[in-house]
Amino acid sequence: MLFKKPQVAFYPFMVLRDDYKCVRCKSCVDQCSFDATYYDEDLNMIMNHHENCVNCKRCEAFCPTDAIKVVKNPSTFHPDANWTPEAIRDIHVQMLTGAIILTSTGNDKPIRNYFDHLLLDACQVTNPPIDPLREPMELKTFIGRKTDALEFDPDGVSIKTTIGKQLELEIPVLFSAMSYGSINLNLQKAMARAAKEFGTYWNTGEGGLHRDLREYKECTIVQVASGRFGVDLEYLETSAAIEIKIGQGAKPGIGGHLPGEKVNEGIAQTRMIPVGSDAISPAPHHDIYSIEDLRQLIYALKEATNYEKPVFVKIAAVHNVAAIACGIAHAGADAVVIDGVRGGTGATPKSLRDHVGIPIELAIAAVDDRLRKEGLRNQVSLIAAGGFRSAVDVLKAVALGADAVYIGTVAKLAAGCTQCQQCHTGRCAWGITTNDPRLAKRLNPDIVAENLYNLLRAWAHDIKELLGAMGINAIESIRGNRLRLRSWGLTEQENKILGVLPAGM
Amino acid sequence: MEVKSLGEDIYEIVCGTSHYREVNSKVKELVLKGAKKVILREVYGQRYIGTGIKGKVKIEVYGTAGNDLGIFLFGPEIEVFGNAQDGVGNTMKEGKIIVRGHAGDVCGYGMRGGKVYIEGDVGYRVGIHMKGYKDLVPTFIVGGKAGNFFGEYMAGGILILLGLTKRAGEDIVGDYCATGMHGGVIFVRGEVPSRYLGKEVKVFEPDLEDMKILTKELKGFSDAFNIPLDEILSEPFTKIVPVSTRPYGRLYAHRWAVARGLIK
Ligand code: SF4
Ligand code: SF4
Repeated sequence: MLFKKPQVAFYPFMVLRDDYKCVRCKSCVDQCSFDATYYDEDLNMIMNHHENCVNCKRCEAFCPTDAIKVVKNPSTFHPDANWTPEAIRDIHVQMLTGAIILTSTGNDKPIRNYFDHLLLDACQVTNPPIDPLREPMELKTFIGRKTDALEFDPDGVSIKTTIGKQLELEIPVLFSAMSYGSINLNLQKAMARAAKEFGTYWNTGEGGLHRDLREYKECTIVQVASGRFGVDLEYLETSAAIEIKIGQGAKPGIGGHLPGEKVNEGIAQTRMIPVGSDAISPAPHHDIYSIEDLRQLIYALKEATNYEKPVFVKIAAVHNVAAIACGIAHAGADAVVIDGVRGGTGATPKSLRDHVGIPIELAIAAVDDRLRKEGLRNQVSLIAAGGFRSAVDVLKAVALGADAVYIGTVAKLAAGCTQCQQCHTGRCAWGITTNDPRLAKRLNPDIVAENLYNLLRAWAHDIKELLGAMGINAIESIRGNRLRLRSWGLTEQENKILGVLPAGM
Repeated sequence: MEVKSLGEDIYEIVCGTSHYREVNSKVKELVLKGAKKVILREVYGQRYIGTGIKGKVKIEVYGTAGNDLGIFLFGPEIEVFGNAQDGVGNTMKEGKIIVRGHAGDVCGYGMRGGKVYIEGDVGYRVGIHMKGYKDLVPTFIVGGKAGNFFGEYMAGGILILLGLTKRAGEDIVGDYCATGMHGGVIFVRGEVPSRYLGKEVKVFEPDLEDMKILTKELKGFSDAFNIPLDEILSEPFTKIVPVSTRPYGRLYAHRWAVARGLIK
């Protein structure tokens, strides 16, 4: 390994193989897409290039004799709270390449997770809890613009007011935008199927809609981003709603960039760009430099689709998120989507992923507050995104004021992802964020669709149990109901922003 | 708003100060009824004309077409007798737009098919992020001058700038022309000083093959505005193409790529 730079020796993970158990089946060699293991014929042994190992755990999972354990490299740098191994390794990469460090998934820094500091209420004695197994429990959620007031016919019973197109969700959870290109078609297929079966929606992301997925029109949200990849009239029509992507939590303020290696024939065709060329989404939409311009695009989309589709606008949760969200509501969007600092991605500069944006919990509270104060809350739905892990997170988000929640990382995890943070390499050993046909076929859309369906089912039951304990039988009744939340371990200022009382009060 | 039938499948709408929503839904309604030609008179900046319509209809606009003329265009042919505002042919896929006057900023943004001919000048950021894929190649031709960021981020298609309205001492194009360009081709009639160009592009003299393409594309323009082709071709052209289809290839790195020896 003489050609390698000395710093490469300070690798983070090691592959330990129990030679006694290893039967030389070479399954690990076959499974590893990061070139970290190989078979040495002369020695009749499986050997490792530890420096290439990314701890994706694929080899562990597929070793028939459980001979492999991937562990942290015990050889560490001198313990130092400031100069962590990560900080040192980043310096090494940059001094060797002169390049920005690219990474993927979501922020992995210990930024306070406010969901973990919020506690839910339950009923005791003075009002009865509800048993969700025996009594009806309503999770149905409608996304879209609601009217300011209801008008009735002279009979006083029939409603005169008509309401614009709404998306109808059986659970306040949707699959968030992951483009064809950043993930492969198999995961998109699985999400589309699970969404259709369960009664929710999936989102194409900014890479266009593959023709095989057109049949899922009724549960598809199509995205329009600054690169306008795959956007044409038919694309806009093949949808239940349209989402304008302004920003993303994992990389607020910068565009998208799908490296040329990932642009194969199918992706090229769907995005309408040549094979092998970089798919670059500019940082801004160049026809949007103001709220007025945003309004122009919102209404362009509405005009193009005869006002039949709700139009969402997605932004990253940045410092001024509440004011921006109000602008979006004024601009005529039917839903505003906010993606928090923990939001994931297939590729982003590490400095942006880890240091730009604010936590989604604070953003939901701030946006909901501001929309109410300006009398705009009924005009837009609020969808939150960025690092949601469980049904409990979802319910807390709804209690803080969100109408629904987008999940992306959870969908990847349900497809086998181990959060190794290598999506940007295009080599995902689990066949998720790769378009290498050999790897992509590791992901079986039928099985994953079932996994995703199970997950939604589990979360729906979970939410119903929690609602029942609170004596509530409809998700509507907890929306923005912060009185049913208490906090622990937060400052007065944080409680004020979240609009919750500390536990004990 | 006044609607008149002028023969079998030709209609005339006097738009006046009617809201674009009314005008456009009327046009759509007429197209559904089988209209082959719709003439819009007294157009005072109504937006989104021609969007959301599939098929071959001719729309004539008399007056000033508003923003996003022909956005997401999917087949119609639009001819404007007057000026157009911003966003002409924004994200369009199919069809043709002819403007007998000037046009504003961000025209042809993300355009991936069809033709746009502007007789006069255009504003900033025209032809940016145009795309091409196989037979789907958009052409955008400007008869006059262009502002800054002409052809920025261009990823495909053909963008042509003629400068026919240019007077002595005037520049044909603004700053940052073709910045971030990574596909497609730009032809400019005359010379473009290198200080106006982004660093991702190189300048060539068009070869025979280029001249064939140029002549073919300019024929449409010459016919549309009745300008002799010889006159347009009487000056030499400059061809601008990207140096690489991966302008940002060396901008990013990560530990695995270094360890694996992919980045040396
Ligand atoms: S499969 Fe994954 S965990 Fe196993 S050696 Fe390769 S990179 Fe490491
Ligand atoms: S999707 Fe694949 S590459 Fe990305 S974190 Fe998960 S396992 Fe790793």
